[in-house]
Amino acid sequence: MTTSLADVAASGATLRAFLHGLPGVDRVGADQRAATLGTRSIKTSAKATAIDLAISMVDLTTLEGADTAGKVRAMCTKAVRPGGGAPKVAAVCVYPDLVAVAVEALRGSGVRVASVATAFPSGRTSLEVKVTDTALAVAAGADEIDMVIDRGAFLSGDYLKVYEEIVAVKAACGQAHLKVILETGELSTYDNVRRASWLAMLAGADFIKTSTGKVSPAATLPVTLVMLEAVRDFRDATGRQVGVKPAGGIRTTKDAIKHLVLVNETAGDDWLTPEWFRLGASSLLNDLLMQRQKLTTGRYAGPDYFTLD
Amino acid sequence: MSRLSVRKTYKLYIGGAFPRSESGRSYPVTSAKGDFLANASLASRKDARDAVVAARKAFPGWSGATAYNRGQILYRVAEMLEGRRAQFAEEHGGGKRTALESVDAAVDRLVWYAGWSDKITSVHGAANAVAGPYFNLSAPEPTGVVAVVAPADPLLGLVSVVAPVIVTGNTCVVVASEPSPLAAITLAEVLATSDLPGGVVNLLTGKQAELAPWLAAHMDVNGLDLTGVTDADLALRCEQEAAENLKRVLRPVQEDWTADPGIGRMTRFLETKTVWHPKGV
Amino acid sequence: MAIFEYAPAPESRAVVDLQPAYGLFINGEFTDGSGPTFKTVNPATEEPLAEIATATSDDVDRAVQAARKAFGVWSALPGAERAKYLFRIARIIQERARELAVLESLDNGKPIRESRDVDLPLVAAHFFYYAGWADKLEYAGFGRRTTNGHSGTKPLGVAGQVIPWNFPLLMLAWKIAPALACGNTVVLKPAETTPLSALWFADICRQADLPPGVVNIVTGAGETGAAVVAHPDVNKVAFTGSTEVGRIIARTVAGTDKKLTLELGGKAANIVFEDAALDQAVEGIVNGIFFNQGHVCCAGSRLLVQESIHDELLAALKRRMATLRVGDPLDKNTDVGAINSAAQLAKIRELSELGEAEGAERWSAPCELPERGFWFAPTVFTGVAQSHAIARDEIFGPVLSVLTFRTPAEAVEKANNTPYGLSAGIWTEKGSRILWMADRLRAGVVWANTFNKFDPASPFGGYKESGYGREGGLLGLEAYLDV
Repeated sequence: MTTSLADVAASGATLRAFLHGLPGVDRVGADQRAATLGTRSIKTSAKATAIDLAISMVDLTTLEGADTAGKVRAMCTKAVRPGGGAPKVAAVCVYPDLVAVAVEALRGSGVRVASVATAFPSGRTSLEVKVTDTALAVAAGADEIDMVIDRGAFLSGDYLKVYEEIVAVKAACGQAHLKVILETGELSTYDNVRRASWLAMLAGADFIKTSTGKVSPAATLPVTLVMLEAVRDFRDATGRQVGVKPAGGIRTTKDAIKHLVLVNETAGDDWLTPEWFRLGASSLLNDLLMQRQKLTTGRYAGPDYFTLD
Repeated sequence: MSRLSVRKTYKLYIGGAFPRSESGRSYPVTSAKGDFLANASLASRKDARDAVVAARKAFPGWSGATAYNRGQILYRVAEMLEGRRAQFAEEHGGGKRTALESVDAAVDRLVWYAGWSDKITSVHGAANAVAGPYFNLSAPEPTGVVAVVAPADPLLGLVSVVAPVIVTGNTCVVVASEPSPLAAITLAEVLATSDLPGGVVNLLTGKQAELAPWLAAHMDVNGLDLTGVTDADLALRCEQEAAENLKRVLRPVQEDWTADPGIGRMTRFLETKTVWHPKGV
Repeated sequence: MAIFEYAPAPESRAVVDLQPAYGLFINGEFTDGSGPTFKTVNPATEEPLAEIATATSDDVDRAVQAARKAFGVWSALPGAERAKYLFRIARIIQERARELAVLESLDNGKPIRESRDVDLPLVAAHFFYYAGWADKLEYAGFGRRTTNGHSGTKPLGVAGQVIPWNFPLLMLAWKIAPALACGNTVVLKPAETTPLSALWFADICRQADLPPGVVNIVTGAGETGAAVVAHPDVNKVAFTGSTEVGRIIARTVAGTDKKLTLELGGKAANIVFEDAALDQAVEGIVNGIFFNQGHVCCAGSRLLVQESIHDELLAALKRRMATLRVGDPLDKNTDVGAINSAAQLAKIRELSELGEAEGAERWSAPCELPERGFWFAPTVFTGVAQSHAIARDEIFGPVLSVLTFRTPAEAVEKANNTPYGLSAGIWTEKGSRILWMADRLRAGVVWANTFNKFDPASPFGGYKESGYGREGGLLGLEAYLDV
């Protein structure tokens, strides 16, 4: 990190000055750029490449109050072998209490275990609880932690509090990768999305993630675009690469491919791997598999031929 | 023994000053009956050139003034004109009564145009409902420096062509009526004492045929009002010259100066600027 | 090799049924031209598309006569009836949008993404917009209610219209829709390199049962256009094209009673301040100069960038330019298509070489250009001074000249330091600066934090040598009314 950036979080005032000194984002312009990229026509061989790439980037997720060990085991089975010769997904994403189940089910598969933590999805608890939540998930074997930022603190301008929480959670992660969920649907403006992205990256995030999936709107193309611009610019400024994970609302192959197009034309090849780009989703995987089969067989697929785990 | 009167020297009006023609030339002005009235300056192409420079110099300030301010100044011109009613009537020629009517009409015309200064934008501008998240507004703006060949009607005609050009923020170079230029110079005296910034109106007396083609060809003139040109060949030549930098041209026209003028003389020398801006948070 | 290559995604050419030859459209019929035929070619492949008729002055005279005859009928129709014809035309354009988009890309070389997503939607919208005006002219405000009815609502008569090759069908719409809405009839000459969509439009007029003679299309080169402009029975001339030809037209109509509107060239300044939303500014710069291969009269061809962010902005711009996809106009993923003609390509090359000779630094996006056809890589010149030809002359191609400024006042001064005055762009997050700048820029269209946006409701046209009169919006009616 350059010295100028190292001092950014010296105080609330310096942090605020830095974040508010970032270039603004014109909403209409960003929306249009995302919409134009959304018109890319991805066909035949490009589509086949994109589908397999997308599958390999999926964080297959279940985050329900009704989740059980059985449900998680079934999902893990599918994560490793989605079917039809499709590649395995990048990770499964579960609540902290089910991490151990997932770790057991995925042992040796290469599929990583991600856990939400920090009083997901609202994050409305004390830092002590957030850190403990994180530490327990890591102790249970989570490879990746998806934390939420304190949106209340962010919106009230207390950037330093948000920063310090991320730093503390990052410390609790140890070797685990930290994904910082901005919950962009609550941040209201793209300017805030850009500031929150930089804030998270400055605090040590390995990934920045759009949403919990519990708030609408979740991942939208323009929000992903703004975040991709942020990681691109952050690497230019600091030399450190940070990943991006849109999550929530990505249900179709078309949506997933549009996101890959954004990555391709904004951040570029360096981010086009599961190491640096993820798609947080649950129902998306089956649509990817259906489209994949259509490319292989030439027939449109039906849902009865794809498992619902 | 009756007192010998002190006559007025009729000069040009350029950049707020009253110079003689740089050429040193003059020409006799006579009444309709042929009686000598005065010697008027016979402006040269160099005077026209100087007048354009003065008009260009005045343009940023005048076009940048508030519309309210321009309206106030035009109204002030009307006030000053009203105060010199008798003098104008005398210089006007024709019957005394007709002359006074004409002066009164000129005053009223100025008042009418003065009121337009801050209304033409609303009438000739538009808020445009575009199909997208954009603020979009069109507003008129002055064209720039306009060369005006004034009609024969010495005062009402002159006021009727100058007021619509300047009220919107243009500056102008006016070639006064060739046979009856005296009222024009007296009007210049009115302008000079009405808070109108120097250079907004520049008045030349002399020959249309000698001055108009130079103004028509001048590359720093943006508009050309040929109203007063009666020679069709001269008008054609001027319009062709004007094409070189695509001046906005008002072709020669016979007009009843007592009729309602409409807004056409203002809009001819207005541009429309449309500004877009996204609406987003 | 890149990880994610896009496979070719060609739009189907089969949706366009091309005949080997096309005649003139006069009085509702296709007829032969009296002049020698010429070929219109696909600029992306140099393949001839069809033989096109040349209208001689006699043919133009026939067209004007047909328009004159139709004027009586058309102008006497109630506005509401004229409106319905225009609505019909708008609908047919929407119905045939895909076919027309492909045709436009074939004949012009523009990417199908643009003809599909920009040109055609705007063409239909323009007819819809002016259709609605046809029975509301007394509300437009160009005249006043008098005891004899309403002044300022009468058409002019026969309109002679000459349009350019950069947006063939859109420029046709800009000309024909307001003319017809106001009750005029038209004789239109499309550009010689892009005549096809105008001939398709003739067919649309027939499908709409438009009375014969209301729209006449005469094809040919400059001489045909000159005949249209000079015809003594034409009441109104409307031209979009180069300033050079605009001057000639202004001279031609001098001394007549013809009403004239001209939409000519430009050398727009796109001004980026240090506090701009940079990513959107980069998009705006790219859209400003590379949209439609830079064949846009209002293109933001002069980038004025505040010195403090010059290096950062240029790096971002070049990175973005490297992602532009140049190639087959019919590929749905193409961003920059073919230069419209060999002649235009020669002109772009000549000016670019002059730019290098004058000492500006040239950088072109690394892209592979097809072997056949007319192509020019997106190019940016840095270190450009106001005195360089590439900062003053309209290149009308994908070539951007970059200049710097230090203060807002200097930006205004440089932006206005041109005989043109069509458009300008401002990029800053400070609202009051936008309005301050907008007040001072001598240009007919000012795009703040956006660029190259068009809408039928929004007047378009220039100051100074960019022409006079406005097209679009309420003010666009004025050109076709006796006011």
